[in-house]
Amino acid sequence: MVKVTYVAHDGARVTVEAEPGESVMQAALSNDVEGIIGECGGAMMCATCHCYVDEAWEVGAGARAEGEEDMLEGAASEVTGRSRLSCQIKLAPELDGLVVHLPEEQL
Amino acid sequence: MTADRVVIAGAGQGGLQAAISLRQAGFGGAITLVGAEPGLPYQRPPLSKAYLPAGKAEALVLRPASFFASKDIAYLPGTVVEEIDRNAGELRLAGPDAPKRLGYGHLILATGTRNLRPPVDGLEHACGLRTLADADRLRARLATPQRIAVIGGGFIGLEFAAVARKLGHAVEVIEAAPRLMARAVSALTAERFARWHRAAGTGLHLGTAAASVDAGGVSLADGRRIDAGFVLLAAGVRPNAELAGAAGLETGNGIRVDAQLLTSDPQISALGDCACFPDPRSGRMVRLESVQAATDHARLIALRLAKGAAEPYAALPWFWSDQGDLKLQIAGLAGPEAREEAVADGVVARFDAQGLAAVETVGRPAIHMKARKLLAAEAPATLDVLRDVAAA
Repeated sequence: MVKVTYVAHDGARVTVEAEPGESVMQAALSNDVEGIIGECGGAMMCATCHCYVDEAWEVGAGARAEGEEDMLEGAASEVTGRSRLSCQIKLAPELDGLVVHLPEEQL
Repeated sequence: MTADRVVIAGAGQGGLQAAISLRQAGFGGAITLVGAEPGLPYQRPPLSKAYLPAGKAEALVLRPASFFASKDIAYLPGTVVEEIDRNAGELRLAGPDAPKRLGYGHLILATGTRNLRPPVDGLEHACGLRTLADADRLRARLATPQRIAVIGGGFIGLEFAAVARKLGHAVEVIEAAPRLMARAVSALTAERFARWHRAAGTGLHLGTAAASVDAGGVSLADGRRIDAGFVLLAAGVRPNAELAGAAGLETGNGIRVDAQLLTSDPQISALGDCACFPDPRSGRMVRLESVQAATDHARLIALRLAKGAAEPYAALPWFWSDQGDLKLQIAGLAGPEAREEAVADGVVARFDAQGLAAVETVGRPAIHMKARKLLAAEAPATLDVLRDVAAA
């Protein structure tokens, strides 16, 4: 299992355990973490699973997928260099302990 | 307009979203979600796409069982609503674990659609694709190479055709209209997809209806014969409005609702694929089959019930379809009278007397997202602004 910590906009932290291969978006929904919507189910069609990768994981979380940057264009909250669509971050053992921060709004 | 007991009839993505949004908005009353299918509520869009070849059913589940307990939402799967008794404010239910009658303070109808069965002989030889169970049946059929006929050249039929072709099957699509996806996209976009499917090796039979289906294939109205070991019926859907109609609610192309998404009974709302609502831009009564409409409807109804918000529904429609490596995204809603113009490679504008109505993009996600902002803005969008966006 891979641990992921979600830090809500108000600072509240939730840590969940997810299966390798699951996305950071799926892990949030299947563990009842609020603040990620994932309306399109991970098809990169909606930009409602926006997150900011914690500084410490910027490199480890990998690069944006093709088309991801374009969809982030439509994210509801500010987009920064650490913005990702969480449906495109696939969990693997080397991401154990990953920390992502959630934006103020997704819609 | 507060109710202490909300019952949601239909546990698709919209029905579930209504329950989620009610709790998020602070609704403290009882919530019961009634669904006809077994299992937990799941996403349907992947069923005709990524799920077919190799998807996992667990990944389709929208919320885990623990969610319903932690949010105090009663979930009744495998339960059919047989009747709405408006005088008593009760539903009559049938299901292994359901009470016979269930009272509501407010009822949300999220009954969705079912597959349209056109007047074609022998349809019992064809499979549909609507539920997870359907998709699992289709997956088993796709395990061995064969000739496949698809009746219907809309999103579902074409998404399925692209998957089946990629898996190595011989695929023939039969569409009664003269072009693909005639209800949803412009002629220009339809033509682009037709070229792609033909290049992928899929046969397209346009402008000719299926006349009959049998164990060996499909006979067309123009006399041609398509041999197939397996036939998919994907000829569109019908809204599940009979329950509402039998209860005396206003229906017509679905369950009729106003700008607040209320039916003709102020104790009953309707959302998603089954709801026919006034399009915010044109005022026309429309019924949309999309995740976006289902979830945005659900959020509006939840805010109204939890907080008494009285804003009219104003969300911008958007749609998507994945067919092979073509990603179609549509922002906005074009009426039947809309004209079309190619604005850039992979960008088609639909416009009418009011200005820009919709933007179809293929493989241009950045322009799709900009178009959504443009169309959602208060000022009417123009074709010129879209040209600037596309050129930037």
